Amino acid sequence: MGEPATKDRLSLEDLEATTNLRSGRKHILSILVENKAGVLTRVAGLFARRGFNIDTLTVGPTEDEQFSRITLTFDGAMHPVDQVTKQLHKLINVLKIRDLEPNDTVARELALFKVAVEGPQRAEVMQICEIFRGKVVDVTRRSVILEITGTTDKVEAFERMVRPFGLIEMMRTGEIAISRGRGET
Amino acid sequence: MRAVDAIMECLKAEGVDVVFGLPGGANLPTYDAFVDGGIRHVLVRHEAGGGHAAEGYAKATGKVGVAFATSGPGATNVVTPIVDAMMDSVPTVFITGQVRTDLIGTDGFQETDTLGITMPVVKHSFQIRSPQEIPRAIHEAFYLARSGRPGPVVVDIPQDLSRADIDYEPIGDVHLPGYQPTTDGNAKQIRQAAKAMASARRPVVYAGGGVVNANAAKELTDFVTSDRFPVTCTLMGLGAFPAPHPQWLGMLGMHGTRAANYAMDEADLICCIGARFDDRITGKLSEFAPHAKFIHIDVDPAEISKNVPAHIPIVGDAKSVLAKLVKEYRALDSVDSSRMDEWWARIEAWRKDHPLRYDDSTDGEIKPQYMVQALYEATGGDAIVCSDVGQHQMWAAQYYHFDQPRRWINSGGLGTMGFGLPAAMGAQVGCPDQTVVCISGDGSIQMNLQELATCAQNEIPVKIFIMNNGYLGMVRQWQELFWDNRYSHVDMGTFPDFVKVAEAYGATGLRLTEKSTLVDDMKAALQTPGPVMVDVRVTREENTYPMISPGMPARDMVG
Repeated sequence: MGEPATKDRLSLEDLEATTNLRSGRKHILSILVENKAGVLTRVAGLFARRGFNIDTLTVGPTEDEQFSRITLTFDGAMHPVDQVTKQLHKLINVLKIRDLEPNDTVARELALFKVAVEGPQRAEVMQICEIFRGKVVDVTRRSVILEITGTTDKVEAFERMVRPFGLIEMMRTGEIAISRGRGET
Repeated sequence: MRAVDAIMECLKAEGVDVVFGLPGGANLPTYDAFVDGGIRHVLVRHEAGGGHAAEGYAKATGKVGVAFATSGPGATNVVTPIVDAMMDSVPTVFITGQVRTDLIGTDGFQETDTLGITMPVVKHSFQIRSPQEIPRAIHEAFYLARSGRPGPVVVDIPQDLSRADIDYEPIGDVHLPGYQPTTDGNAKQIRQAAKAMASARRPVVYAGGGVVNANAAKELTDFVTSDRFPVTCTLMGLGAFPAPHPQWLGMLGMHGTRAANYAMDEADLICCIGARFDDRITGKLSEFAPHAKFIHIDVDPAEISKNVPAHIPIVGDAKSVLAKLVKEYRALDSVDSSRMDEWWARIEAWRKDHPLRYDDSTDGEIKPQYMVQALYEATGGDAIVCSDVGQHQMWAAQYYHFDQPRRWINSGGLGTMGFGLPAAMGAQVGCPDQTVVCISGDGSIQMNLQELATCAQNEIPVKIFIMNNGYLGMVRQWQELFWDNRYSHVDMGTFPDFVKVAEAYGATGLRLTEKSTLVDDMKAALQTPGPVMVDVRVTREENTYPMISPGMPARDMVG
């Protein structure tokens, strides 16, 4: 304020609208919240009310017991990410939101697969599991349970591999994510 | 100290001078504290009345309105006022009783999940889990309610916790690390906005309720008159700019003036202040203001670019941003006001060709539009006008010319029938020296009519003018226009006899049917002491025009 008066005019034609565009990619939001009752309901309720779809949502404690972290993924083709984050920021218990850049982020989820296998098929499935650096955590005569950790893409690739054998059940945690490097997420 | 006595101390520390509410089992301890708590309590007849009264009080005074309700049905009865306060950004605190902690989750008598029910519709809410938390929660509730974008905050207190003894010390600070509203506005963006306004040849200033909330009416006028900017206000913003002013275009939106809506349609730059591009303003969004760039000033960042992408977004309090914007604008060199000559000629033509108009009766029949004009004359324009929801609300907005903020109190966002009478009651309690009138309809008034007893008992002298056409008029209008005249359940007949109802409640009841004496009769009603309910019989089938039909662009206004 208070700078000397200026003659330069602004051309209205040159003004550009602030982006409200849909990015078209998956977004991982890392949301630091106060560890208080009802916070998860507030976050989930906000998504429901505004018509935003959540793809995955995980919540857990952090290094500081006052806070919890919610990791939430949604499709940026469906919703403008800045509108989602601005609405989330209006929740009083939300302290910090990071829209994690895929390249600067380590994201992992855990998945458990119960596959119906008998005889020689078992070895084949276990071999695939090894390629995916998974673990066999339970074996019966007619089934195996496999544990896979990795990005969503990896988990989905594994699912495609084992589904033809007879996928009885699959359970996934949804991704958690942390930013690379020394800085806090 | 008992926790409930601490509640009274907290309220006093927050400057609360009145609470609207109704006691019940779960808030018995709190009500015991009212006996010698030193705070005025107005006993309402229904918790919804208490909630809307708190809203009316808040809108008229600018202070936080407070309503108390008990658990269960008491709490669910304030849900409508809570949503209403959320939609219209009304600073309010709702303190609800809850069943004892050992009963929570057992479906106990009058138990309901108040926090869960209200969660999507509050600015924030607190569930008390230990009596020691009570004072801090109350102070934080007030801070949240009044700061940033104002809104309703709920504090839910289990009965046993409110009975406990606590160590009470006044709390001077709040600890809300996740809440830091931006109020100042980015200086660079404000300068950009000033330059853009100076470049605009067809600018419009579009102001909303945020200007009223921020007490920024003076700053708005300064800004608009720093050049020849045409200005329009939303339904919620009426009074933020003085209606008789030559730069005033009238209200915009579905039932706004053609001058205002056409100006938006042809504008090259729209400066939106404290408004949110609601569907009642934009009409068909994809064809809204097709030639315009947008400056959007709002204290709530989530409103910016929500419906209409902003070119110059400014997050901040309207008062502070407008003051700086005026400074920046005045500091610009060689701003040529004549750039708007053509624009004003165009606006003048719209004004001349399309003024607000109606076919007045030639006999004694009272047209509803005339009723509002008569009320304007009878009050000399000097009254707080509270309205309900429907045709009467739109006619009041069109024909009662508000020249000051906080004089027009209505339910805009939620459109709550039954808002008017309790809101008028709250406004009158907050402004005892002013004339408070309630314009209502024969449909709306019956939705919280019980508060007439509250007015009579407490000598709250609101003057109610019922625009009685025997219909749910706005619904009837839509059935006529968009549903091929097939009237479905809109005829309310002549029930009840409002004069007798008024008298039964201990108020004065009057019926007016004659146009020629209407102004004088209204004056007489206004001078009658105590609450007065006037049944004004108007033309049965009259439509509110002009109108942007739903889903249509503004340029296709009808009527």
